[in-house]
Amino acid sequence: MSNDSAPPPLLEMKGISKSFPGVRALDNVDLTLHEGEVLALLGENGAGKSTLIKILAGAHIPDSGHIYIDGEKVRMESPAAAQQAGVGIIYQEFNLVPALTARENIFLGQHSMFSLTNRSQERAATTELFHRIGIEVSTEALCRDLTVAQQQIVEIAKALSQQARIVVMDEPSAALTPREVEGLAAVIKELKDQGIGVIYISHRLDEVEAFADRITVLRDGKHVGARAIDEVTRDQMIEMMVGRSIENEFPKAASKAGEVILEAVGLHRPPAVKGVSLTLSKGEILGVAGLVGAGRTETARLLFGADKLDSGEIRLHGKKVAIKSPRQAIKHGICLLTEDRKSQGLILGQTVQENFGLANLSDFSARGFVSRKREGSAFGNYIDQLKIKVTGGSQTAETLSGGNQQKVVLAKWLQQNAAVVIFDEPTRGIDVGAKYEIYLLMNELAAQGKAILMISSELPEVLGMSDRILVMHEGRIAGEITDPASATQEDVMKLATGSTGEVAVEA
Amino acid sequence: MKVPSRMKLPQDFSLFRDYGMVLVLVLLCGMITWATWEEQHPSDESAGVALANGLYDLKGEDLHVAIIARQTKSDDEFVKAIEDQIAERGSSVKAVIRVRNPRDARIELERLGVNNTRINAIATHNFCFSTWGILKQATLDGLASNHKSFKDIRPYKPKSRMGSAFLSAENLIAILNQNAPVAIMAIGMTLVIITAGIDLSVGSLMALSALISAVTLRSWFGDADASAFGIMTAFLLGILVCTACGVFVGLMVTWFQIPPFVVTLALMMVARGLSFILAGGADPVDIQATGAELLYSGTILGVPNQIALMLWLFVIAHVVMSHTALGRYIYAVGGNEQAARLSGVPVFWVIIIVYAICGASAGLAGVMDASHFTSGRPKAGEFFELQVIAAVVVGGTSLLGGEGKILGTFIGAMILGVIQNGLNMQGVDSYTANVVYGALILVAVLVDQLKRKLLN
Repeated sequence: MSNDSAPPPLLEMKGISKSFPGVRALDNVDLTLHEGEVLALLGENGAGKSTLIKILAGAHIPDSGHIYIDGEKVRMESPAAAQQAGVGIIYQEFNLVPALTARENIFLGQHSMFSLTNRSQERAATTELFHRIGIEVSTEALCRDLTVAQQQIVEIAKALSQQARIVVMDEPSAALTPREVEGLAAVIKELKDQGIGVIYISHRLDEVEAFADRITVLRDGKHVGARAIDEVTRDQMIEMMVGRSIENEFPKAASKAGEVILEAVGLHRPPAVKGVSLTLSKGEILGVAGLVGAGRTETARLLFGADKLDSGEIRLHGKKVAIKSPRQAIKHGICLLTEDRKSQGLILGQTVQENFGLANLSDFSARGFVSRKREGSAFGNYIDQLKIKVTGGSQTAETLSGGNQQKVVLAKWLQQNAAVVIFDEPTRGIDVGAKYEIYLLMNELAAQGKAILMISSELPEVLGMSDRILVMHEGRIAGEITDPASATQEDVMKLATGSTGEVAVEA
Repeated sequence: MKVPSRMKLPQDFSLFRDYGMVLVLVLLCGMITWATWEEQHPSDESAGVALANGLYDLKGEDLHVAIIARQTKSDDEFVKAIEDQIAERGSSVKAVIRVRNPRDARIELERLGVNNTRINAIATHNFCFSTWGILKQATLDGLASNHKSFKDIRPYKPKSRMGSAFLSAENLIAILNQNAPVAIMAIGMTLVIITAGIDLSVGSLMALSALISAVTLRSWFGDADASAFGIMTAFLLGILVCTACGVFVGLMVTWFQIPPFVVTLALMMVARGLSFILAGGADPVDIQATGAELLYSGTILGVPNQIALMLWLFVIAHVVMSHTALGRYIYAVGGNEQAARLSGVPVFWVIIIVYAICGASAGLAGVMDASHFTSGRPKAGEFFELQVIAAVVVGGTSLLGGEGKILGTFIGAMILGVIQNGLNMQGVDSYTANVVYGALILVAVLVDQLKRKLLN
């Protein structure tokens, strides 16, 4: 970090304001970033982080305020201008062409339309870039064959190849496994050492604490404060973001498990799931941990009838049932909140009410005719109960923030009043406040005697919210943790990475 | 936490927002009306009645009228209307002169003069009135000086007025009637396109249905002696086979995951080929059975059957799409098939049903074609698939699926019909008409897009 006599900061955004019709998205916001510094930009969804980043990226023009780079005023009038000024943005959804190689993606758009490309020169440049960030990926690998983490590296390399000095990462760890996050940490360190300023956006506060030098917090479009990371505690960060203090990040309520509702025996569908058995009881929250690709989501899909079982059986209340489609699973009282809300949970172009009604039309219809009125009043109750921020039932789902989208999905399944609720990554990409509400709701469901299966990659969440934890590794149950309160993240990771001796016994 | 909210239009605008193409249709109708706005010279039944009344009111008991008209079918009605109306008023027509040309008319008039038949008014329509020299006042005055009985003779014709041939009730009904088959197929196509599919086979299925009806009527149901029941059965068979084709397409799309474009492209060729095979060549198979034409020519409460059927089907489809679970499911499958399946939507059945409905609508259009031409034409419905898709797209349904409105499709089909009709009326030759037709489709969709941009 620079001291007082140092040159002007790498990036300064001063007094930035921006309004959209009906919304004041940013109100006089400041942001400072120094060379070789990692700045975490914090705030709940809708706090204005994305708008601020889009202004930096030249995608939005601010109503007022100025941007300075190296102390000189610059105007980010277009994405091209921002790129020219040395700003590289790694969005959550990558802008890579799956059918092109890493090298081709990095140089995409850097040639004029009719120029020849020099493959060996490009390859050398790419190799050098990869070397610079200390990562080993083949320059000639097709992007669709790369893991999410590797694709991210390609995106970072692409930014660097365009001489970026400011790199913005929007939720870079959301889709990464813990081990991949460590890799990302190394890359970020590498960038810092080369004097590049990094703006890091994440909801994961443990990462923020580990990576960032300073934090800047936004709330409701306003600048709440900037602090050095060692001056704030995690609780203070949350308080700055939410505007009130949250006593306990994981409000686990004491629950008592009742009789077994769901029993799965030897669920088998290779390569993802190889003989998984589990039981789920009334009133319990069963956490399922494991690395990405361990077969957790696939197991949930089997229980829900979304994929076909090769072998194995599912028993409900002790009776064997054949679940061949999600429709049948729903009839049997099982529902699944998918990990990917946008592609699997919601029909983005439809209204929230239609999304809510889709699984519940039989509740609102007589002889095939749907009563919008009944559907609307039922949904209205959930808007109140779940505090869904919508203008009304006719708002389209795509316009909602992640947390509110998740609440719409939740409402859809709550209406089903299902006995078994499977949550797959229930809080991914959701801000602290909404997260807390979802945890409370899980507790309430458990208290009502529902059986909850919670798949999560966030270890603190699994440890904090579960009554029991199953850990999966390579398609099998690697072990069970019966007392999460006294277990550590290391205990889970040992099982998840298959590095303990007791693995084979249960599989 | 703030919710990014899109600017919402007030509810009153929903008609304009959802069915913006209504505006395009109205604009088009206005344009064509303006282009065809000219003096109209009616010579139909009502014009005859009005002329007779006018003459009687003018002359009263002193009316001695001769009618001059050509020997055409349309003039028959005109002449009869005048005769009947004059008789109604208690008088009678002195002479009816039906001739091919002015020369014959002069000969007939001379003869009447020689016979000393009293004539003081000649009733005719605008065509003779304005083009035949014999009916010029000067010529008639000449005749009157030779023949005393023609004293004060004058020609009369029905009143002309300004108007548009396009905007007449007759023409508008003709547009609806002509476009009913395409519009009905567009209903099925709308459902298919909403599920993000496409059906290229409808034009060929139309021919197949017509031929199955014609051939079974000839060989199974007694040809010319076929009973009403036989005719209905033959028609139903045509529709059923097309429905089965639709089910087949649905199975290919769901089970084997073949893109609907490919499945229906293949079916398009197969069905067209089968139609020619059934017809034993390119010539139509005649339907001898009496009563088979009723589907086309009959009316319900004065509305031609085809139009009544079309309107009914649009109403039913609209209700299904906007008020039933099936409609919701169809939109959901098109919007996001994955999410729909994981919400418990029976995606398999939805797809099958949608293609079956599309096949059935093509079958119905084929049967209507068979009734219209009283024959099964193997060339029926050629390139109709493109017209049908155009109608759906012009109606505001997205080819990407998930959105679209049935009533929009109706408007879309009518826009195409009105464009065609307007080009006909302007006497645009068919090659030029194709160019204009294509360009106007693009413009129609462009207007819709611009409107959306402006409103958002």
